Amino acid sequence: MKALRFSRKPGRYVAAGVAGRLAAGKGASVGPLKLVDVDDLKLPADDWVRLRPRLAGICGSDLATIDGHSSRYFEPIVSFPFTPGHEVVGDLEDGSRAVLIPILSCVTRGIDPMCGACSAGRTNRCGRIAFGHLEPGLQTGFCADTGGGWSGELVAHPSQLLPVPEDLSDEAAVMVEPLACAVHAARKVAASGPHQRIAVIGSGTLGLLTIAALRSEDPFGTIIATGKYPHQQGLAKALGADQVVSPRTLPRVVRSLTGAFVLDGGQLTDGVEVVVDCVGSEASLTQALQVVAPGGQIVVVGMPGHTALDLTSLWHRESTISGCYAYTRSDFERALELAQEHDLGRLVSATYPLSRSTEAIEHAANAGARGAVKIAFDLRKPAKAKR
Amino acid sequence: MPRPGFVLDVDKSTPPILFHHGEGFRLEKLPADRTRVIYPGEPLDALDDVDAEIQRALLDPLDMDPLPTLLTPGMKLTIAFDDVSLPLPPMKRPDIRQRVIEAVLDMAATAGVDDVHLIAALALHRRMTEDELRHAVGDRVYDAFAPQGALYNHDAEDPDNLAFLGETKHGEEVEINKRAAESDLLIYVNINIVSMDGGHKSTATGLASYRSIKHHHNVHTMEHSKSFMDRHNSELHHSNWRMGKVIADAGVKVFQIETTINNDTFGDALPMSVLAKREWEWSGKDRVAFVGMQQGLKRLPASTKRKIFQGHRAPYGVTSVSAGAIEPVHEKTLQHCFDQHLVEVEGQTDILTMGLPYICPYNVNSIMNPILVMCLGLGYFFNMYRGKPLVREGGVLIMTHPTPWEFHPVHHPSYIDFFEQVLADTTDPKEIEQKWEKQFAEDEWYRHLYRTSYAYHGVHPFYMWYWGSHALKHLGRVIIVGGDKRAVHRLGFKAASTLNDAFEMAEDVVGRHPTITHLKNPPIVMADVK
Repeated sequence: MKALRFSRKPGRYVAAGVAGRLAAGKGASVGPLKLVDVDDLKLPADDWVRLRPRLAGICGSDLATIDGHSSRYFEPIVSFPFTPGHEVVGDLEDGSRAVLIPILSCVTRGIDPMCGACSAGRTNRCGRIAFGHLEPGLQTGFCADTGGGWSGELVAHPSQLLPVPEDLSDEAAVMVEPLACAVHAARKVAASGPHQRIAVIGSGTLGLLTIAALRSEDPFGTIIATGKYPHQQGLAKALGADQVVSPRTLPRVVRSLTGAFVLDGGQLTDGVEVVVDCVGSEASLTQALQVVAPGGQIVVVGMPGHTALDLTSLWHRESTISGCYAYTRSDFERALELAQEHDLGRLVSATYPLSRSTEAIEHAANAGARGAVKIAFDLRKPAKAKR
Repeated sequence: MPRPGFVLDVDKSTPPILFHHGEGFRLEKLPADRTRVIYPGEPLDALDDVDAEIQRALLDPLDMDPLPTLLTPGMKLTIAFDDVSLPLPPMKRPDIRQRVIEAVLDMAATAGVDDVHLIAALALHRRMTEDELRHAVGDRVYDAFAPQGALYNHDAEDPDNLAFLGETKHGEEVEINKRAAESDLLIYVNINIVSMDGGHKSTATGLASYRSIKHHHNVHTMEHSKSFMDRHNSELHHSNWRMGKVIADAGVKVFQIETTINNDTFGDALPMSVLAKREWEWSGKDRVAFVGMQQGLKRLPASTKRKIFQGHRAPYGVTSVSAGAIEPVHEKTLQHCFDQHLVEVEGQTDILTMGLPYICPYNVNSIMNPILVMCLGLGYFFNMYRGKPLVREGGVLIMTHPTPWEFHPVHHPSYIDFFEQVLADTTDPKEIEQKWEKQFAEDEWYRHLYRTSYAYHGVHPFYMWYWGSHALKHLGRVIIVGGDKRAVHRLGFKAASTLNDAFEMAEDVVGRHPTITHLKNPPIVMADVK
């Protein structure tokens, strides 16, 4: 079986970091990710099943790993070698299709009793991600025992599977995992609402899906989104943003919408109640702090890394920054509905076979500039590709 | 004897015609046998003794008693005057406002009037700086009144200094400067550079609040002002005249002093003087000076060119001073304006071309941003007609201007947001008015900047857009030659690199071999279209 495998090779990882800094996605050609032949995976327990990926998306966190700029925070919660790929729709042995819920929670690890978070259904906050009968791994796609979507086969616990309705395309189904992240974020925002104005920073895959999810959770608030490229701006509007502006102009627009005053140095005296940062970079977080209202909240959905921020305004204005990681099963179920409602298969801009992984990753790393949204690996047999 | 304006039919021997192009110029060869050029009249003879004429007007006013008899000790006197938006370009010192105000103040002093305020009637324009006020009223007046707080800018957002006077029969609210409204006499000193200016509009707009101005500065009014340069066919003026009646009925006594100036915009000194000459009359010296100017300008950065042009002061001659009751004074003033500006033109054209200069009423000492380009072309120049528009309905307007994506951050903050947000959403004036105006007009930050800094009011860019709404409705296409493509696109117009490209693009709309008319402005020319 062919699989793209990421090994612990520090030299190559450093090289990937250098290449990735020179040009996004270049880490794929020099780093530790290689297409290899692997043996079939062992099932970790009797109730586990095999899932043959049909489409597997390339996510921002995958790209950060491949380009060598992931935080070292992840080191103890991944296990090598692993096969990336956690946005997966695949075939089960009975011929039915399922999307993967990649979180590796207590139940998947055979841990009994479950941790408090898993007991409460908040598997994304599992406290045992490096324990139990599986090697460490926060999700499928970062765990040596489970395999990942960028291969011919992975193994999954039944709790990780969600059946795909017959009429949902593979393209829409592969969007369910990132959409579940967006649903999780939107529910978090809605729970603290209602809100008059919400800013969404970034109109990549996660940003666009967050806009759609926010709109479905809160049909009345004004959503202002930033979009760097024309296609992103068009999609953001189509998915429910009321106003889409270039990242550069967000502070001006927020000032104008809120009637804020401007202090020397460009600081605003008011802002939007909620900022959802779907980028997670130093620049986006700095901007989020600039445009959030006093007492407002910043929800970080995009994966950040090492970041230097001036948090004086956070203190002075009593705003909050909170992380927003992954999803619960309930988020996934809602995401499945939304994927159908919004015809999200259209966000899959291009697919590649595993043999063209370098091109695929470069394309994904430069998706915005190249007019694309989601890039995925296509592992379907040609005859089945149209399903 | 100055030669009047006229219409030139272009033939093969016609030399290239000068087009203004922001802080630069273009020489364009226009198609023969189907193009005409409307030239402005040469500067009318100026008054020999302006001060004597001012005295005459004040002592022998129209339908009012001589000014000295209206001035009594202990009275409250307010003198309002036109702001920095007039004239264009600014006038060489002494400004005519200074000469008139000095004469009025001398009479007031003789009469023992000591409660005198001078107010720059800027409506929703930016406040005038000290230098600009000094230029308008002179150092003597400025030093005598400003330090005491008796010379200042009107504040259309000062709730403590506005007086509500009532409503017109059309329900238009009239609210003006309280000091002006409560004075025993309001003297308004204007410069009527074009026929849109003056009359009841001076007080009803210049000293009004947003609450009042919004009743006529809107899309409906502008679409029904055909044109706003022809006051008898202008809904803008009808509204101001109705408001003028409310002001009079409320007991506000206005002594109107209107002045007109001639077309001596560029003077006799090269190289600027060449801009006022007809191309076939350029001497060798003119040509050398023009080429030298062009070459020099090409080498200069935009900011330096802007500084040079904005520093130009025009040597206008004063052609009339009229004083007294508003309406008879204004009718007389209009006649002087038309004498200088009107040129009879037979019929409409398929394509109207115009070269837009570096200045419009709202970028004195500032930057001509894209919204102002639209306003100057589709607002002011398009409306330089009486009778019917120079270009037929569905025709094409071609303008030349660099149209930089550039804004003065202090003067035009709400313009930036209008350009970035509103025009990104829609360019339809009605939709803009309905969806966006309130937010900008009531924005506390813009209000703060208007009142305390030197910013145009938050709603001002909307008015600039509305100013062009009659043209937008009338035209089939607008093309800007030599403009920043992104900025032109944001305006909703087409961009062309050359005038010939623009003509080809226009043929998609008006067909092959269209008729072309070039409005050669400035100096100012207005078409009387038969």
